[in-house]
Amino acid sequence: MTGALVARLRPLWATPLAAAINLVALALLVWVVPKALDWAIFSAVWSAEDMNGCPASGGACWAFAIAKARLILFGRYVFDEQWRAALGVVILCALVALSLNPRFWRGWLAAAWAGGLAIYAVVMWGGVFGLRYIDSTYWGGLPLTVLLTIFGTFFGILFAIPLALARASGLPVFRFVATVYIELVRGVPLISVLFMASVLIPVILPEGFAPSGLARVLIGLSVFIAAYMAEVLRGGLQAIPAGQIEASRSLGISYFAMMFRVVLPQVFEIVLPPTVSLIIAVLKGTSLVVIVAMLDLLGAAKAALADPKWIGFHVEAYVFAALIYAIMCGSIAWYGRRVEARLSAARRK
Amino acid sequence: MIDTKTDGRVARPAPASPSLSRLLARARRPDILAQAILILVLVIGGWIAASEISANLARLSVKSGYGFLFEEAQFELGESLIPFRAGDSYFRAFAAGLMNTLKVAGIGIVLSTVVGLVIALGQLSPSFVVARACRLYVDVIRNVPLLLQLIFWHTVITSSLPTVRNALSPVDGVFLTNRGLYLPAPIWDPSHMTVLGIAVAALAGAAGLYLLTRRFALSLFVFAAAIALGFVAVGAPLELDTPRLAGFNFKGGWEISPEFGAMLLGLTLYVGAFNAEIIRAGILGVDKGQREAGGALGLKPWQVMRKIILPQALRIILPSITNSYLNLTKESSLAVAIGYPEIVRVSNIAVFETGQAIECISIVMIIYLCLSLITSLILNWLNARAKLVER
Repeated sequence: MTGALVARLRPLWATPLAAAINLVALALLVWVVPKALDWAIFSAVWSAEDMNGCPASGGACWAFAIAKARLILFGRYVFDEQWRAALGVVILCALVALSLNPRFWRGWLAAAWAGGLAIYAVVMWGGVFGLRYIDSTYWGGLPLTVLLTIFGTFFGILFAIPLALARASGLPVFRFVATVYIELVRGVPLISVLFMASVLIPVILPEGFAPSGLARVLIGLSVFIAAYMAEVLRGGLQAIPAGQIEASRSLGISYFAMMFRVVLPQVFEIVLPPTVSLIIAVLKGTSLVVIVAMLDLLGAAKAALADPKWIGFHVEAYVFAALIYAIMCGSIAWYGRRVEARLSAARRK
Repeated sequence: MIDTKTDGRVARPAPASPSLSRLLARARRPDILAQAILILVLVIGGWIAASEISANLARLSVKSGYGFLFEEAQFELGESLIPFRAGDSYFRAFAAGLMNTLKVAGIGIVLSTVVGLVIALGQLSPSFVVARACRLYVDVIRNVPLLLQLIFWHTVITSSLPTVRNALSPVDGVFLTNRGLYLPAPIWDPSHMTVLGIAVAALAGAAGLYLLTRRFALSLFVFAAAIALGFVAVGAPLELDTPRLAGFNFKGGWEISPEFGAMLLGLTLYVGAFNAEIIRAGILGVDKGQREAGGALGLKPWQVMRKIILPQALRIILPSITNSYLNLTKESSLAVAIGYPEIVRVSNIAVFETGQAIECISIVMIIYLCLSLITSLILNWLNARAKLVER
């Protein structure tokens, strides 16, 4: 027992340098960690009426985050109906969790998406079954972040499939058009694409059509994600052995049947890890909609700071929002790693 | 050409060298049709969109074209590398914005590489505590949106740091305030030009020495010694201009605005975490045998790292880290959220003043495209140079 412990601890003083670095790092930790813990937990104020309840010299004022939690989480969604926004988040997350697992890539998954999205639309908009109608301009906070991430990725992937096929095709016109699109979009920052979408879409449509701010942002986001996803898919297409395509050709299978029944199912399995990374990047990227005046999780955290009853708790507000982002990104990464491990185990069998 | 087989059947002619007519003959008719349709759709779609846009813009009575670039801009930029004030042309405003973008991106690239290297080596260090702390840093920073971090640092600087009157002064002459960071700066003297000339000459000399002897430390020493000697020989004065309180603000010295400070801090910490992962993967990608062989030759661990592992890891790191530099440059556009006057912010102000949104945003896009193009050209050149020379 002690032997095992000593063996585990031995690397700590393997060389004099390692021992010295360890001691210094440990001293730093001993100095920093208690201070951080004291701020975050021991001296923190958990309940207070307003800013007067939180002494300026004390620890974190979580009372502020608790008082503003509903605003940060749901933005301006009608207060009494916020359970609907929460339910919407649950529906979308469940659909995505199912779709990330290749074992569920069957016909019923498409049906589940269709049904799930119908329920989602009813829950979020309302206006039927006695639910109050809530316009999309009032959607905000975490539900908006989740919505933008999932629908942005969804439409991005839909658009990326023809792009990737065009880029990999032997037809020069298709290849050229796809390459120009992908390189153009990947060369510019997301924020400029979002700006362009919000000014170009209203003037490109005939008079009378005015898509909502949400639709414009979603289009800009999808256009941007598609270019990146097309590159991810291209990597997967290159990994498919040429023999499979030749075999399909010699069997006389048509191009589209070959792509959608033989090649793409394998490609999506191969590109699962980079797709998970892309989803995490998209989730973080949705925070940019703050710049085009939408109230997502980050925007709602900013808005919470505007209350004159609570002034100066920006650290708490941003730490709270950061924590939610970190938990979401962390759990997507964890889920992705788990599916990947299962897949590689299944491949080895 | 035609040979007959034993069973009397006529075999196909052997394939001739591919010529254009053959390629055209081989191309299937549906393929040509599909491409023609694509071209047609794009042309018609583009034409409809363009006419729709011009009709709508005319209805909204918005001017179009890039002529506004030479009109007078009616705004000030907080800071710029080239002189700019209200009344100068929009063209100059965009140029000043581009300089600010390049400034924050350039310094950010250098600092984020340093942070990345330190964190990567920390993660791989034999010290358990350091490795875990570095891992935690990477995991936390990479999972929080950059924009949130930028807004956080900006708010912390502008709201949590003391006012100018109660400035925090950790070292004499350095002042931390909610209006920015003030540092002492050397006072410019004409004789510094001579020293600069000597420095350039010393750099060339040191580079030559390095190419001849391949001894980096010696070359560096010669370089530094030449500059120091130059200072003494020319008798150039080296005085520092210390910032001092004058009225409501500090005067003199070097001023780093809260916006630039928050941008640089946020970008460095965020991209540094990504660079750390790239560098770590590069170091781990070098064959284990190389490290063992280095050890067997009697090299010390840090010598193995510097002389054997890192040069080989560079080959793996280079493509990914160039991509990361490009991302940093593009992500510097988030500065618009905290008011650092880089190109996107300049464009936003110009949109507000002129109403010509499409032109302004397209200028930003073209500039970023050019930056991307230049970076990938440099990357290709570096890749070709760093490529393993094989027999």
